[in-house]
Amino acid sequence: MVLPGRYTGNNIKIAKPLTLIGVDFPVLDGEGKHQIFTVAAGNVTITGFELTNTGISSVKDLAGVEAIGADYLRIFNNRFIGTYFGVHVANTKACVIEKNFFRANERKEYETGNGIHLWQCSDAVIRNNYITRHRDGIYFEFVTRSLIEHNLCVNNMRYGLHFMFSHQDEYRNNVFSKNGAGVAVMYTHNVKMEYNKFEQNEGNSVFGLLLKDISDSEVKHNTFIKNTMAVYLEGVSRTRFEGNNFKLNGYGIRLQANCDANTFTQNNFLSNTFDLATNGTLVLNNIDGNYWDKYQGYDLNQDQIGDVPYRPVNLYSMVVERVPAAVFLWRSFMVFLLDRAEKALPVITPENLKDNYPRMKPYDYRSSA
Amino acid sequence: MSRIIRYVFYDILRTRFVIFYTLFLLGSTFALFQLDADPGKVILSMMNVVLMVVPLVSIVFASIHFYNSYEFIELMIAQPVNRKSVFMGQYFAVASSLSLALLTGAGLPMPFYGITPAGIALLYTGILLTWVFVSLAFLSAVLTRDKAKAIGVALLFWFYFSLIYDGLILWVMYSFMDYPLEKVTLALVSLNPVDLARIILLLQLDISALMGYTGAFYKAFFGSSAGILFSAGVLVLWVVLPVWLSLRIFMRKDL
Repeated sequence: MVLPGRYTGNNIKIAKPLTLIGVDFPVLDGEGKHQIFTVAAGNVTITGFELTNTGISSVKDLAGVEAIGADYLRIFNNRFIGTYFGVHVANTKACVIEKNFFRANERKEYETGNGIHLWQCSDAVIRNNYITRHRDGIYFEFVTRSLIEHNLCVNNMRYGLHFMFSHQDEYRNNVFSKNGAGVAVMYTHNVKMEYNKFEQNEGNSVFGLLLKDISDSEVKHNTFIKNTMAVYLEGVSRTRFEGNNFKLNGYGIRLQANCDANTFTQNNFLSNTFDLATNGTLVLNNIDGNYWDKYQGYDLNQDQIGDVPYRPVNLYSMVVERVPAAVFLWRSFMVFLLDRAEKALPVITPENLKDNYPRMKPYDYRSSA
Repeated sequence: MSRIIRYVFYDILRTRFVIFYTLFLLGSTFALFQLDADPGKVILSMMNVVLMVVPLVSIVFASIHFYNSYEFIELMIAQPVNRKSVFMGQYFAVASSLSLALLTGAGLPMPFYGITPAGIALLYTGILLTWVFVSLAFLSAVLTRDKAKAIGVALLFWFYFSLIYDGLILWVMYSFMDYPLEKVTLALVSLNPVDLARIILLLQLDISALMGYTGAFYKAFFGSSAGILFSAGVLVLWVVLPVWLSLRIFMRKDL
């Protein structure tokens, strides 16, 4: 137990199983120079502290809590204010990071570290944390079989969530909002992303969700609102997108032609400028059974499925892909005419990229989200 | 001059055409608001009306009106009234009556369904476009004595600004796509009042898509106070220049 007060923490090393409980958030101050905790043993619990002012170093990753080989580490109910890295965990099994608050000082991107940084871990649980103003909110590298849920990543400099080579993980019910570049998921297979919310990630080369070299994964029941590019896919295969809401985005989905065997179904596309954009004519993905608010077909047999296939790729999105400056002619009468002509007789847009069973009415996901 | 404006103004307001125009705008605006719950989408559909119908109606009505009041103009000029006040009186009366029709037709439903910045921008650009195209109509009317020819010229103006010009720009952009085109397109946009109006509206509506590099550039420019002054200034220039030119022609013309 540690009583309230202000302690200047100078790299407290914990080398055996221990539970540290702060009463009324005692402040551990790294004086802008030091790391605060270094954990090098299993079964350590740290709770109820305010950790502040770690040093900044580009050589060592100074953190509020650094843990190496600390299996069953538990960090909950702490405040990390102005730490360089918040929690930095490596080579650890089954750590739990829960109900913490992370706020980095407002610095430049290279002067701030990640909120929660995990390297070569497994079976981790990260739940109910609030992370803001860090470089990456949550950073995973070589982290497997882990669960990230109910976290809130807002206003981080780079990515809200950034992970690479992290297989068999699940991400649920997180909110990623107004981050520098949204969420990036790379070189990973068997990921599940469900019920997350990606909103207002705006700007050039900014994505709600960036997927690069992902396979055998699931993206379900997420909400994408007001992103410049809601989902960007590059080299993604055998991944299922189901029950997502795309609303008021610049691009709903930007699908590079090197993606294959992906399925998009039962998604809602509402008020996006471009629902789907692509850069080639090769089509290896299935987009049947979505609701597109721009669909203008009819439904004679009243089975709620449109009788005419819908081609979501807009001619003008292909033009803008080649000549970005052309975006300013968007919604002019001439573009409208070109688009109509192209819809009637596809020449430039991929003819086979079409929804054969477009829904007439949007799916109702409000009850589930 | 104010007396001429008043007479012509009341005269136009009594004609069936302006009443139909107002009712058409009123009906379509109400219908759009009823059909779609999302006010953003309504403004989007109304943007098409403002960018297509308003210029067309303004330019055709103004040029027809000019020829219909030819005898009135001749009569007025026979009186001790100077030509400038006759001509400008006609101009202000036509432009303001069409603006009034737009304001009531498109503006009246707005308070019922919520006033948005995009809606205000819509009315603002609509009124400016009305004035621009009435100016162009007067220019085409003084250029020739033949009514059919003048209406043809007026329609050509409309076609050029709403369709042909954009096609030319797209062609230019495709030919020079290897070069940075942002500043060039900005200059090209200023040469077409319809494009300028559309971009002012687009920045209110499609923010996300326009946030790419080009979009960011436009937003930085048109969002700044200098940009707002610039776009308003250019549109006003589009109003003033044709009127000034046509006034010059009218002053010297043998009627």
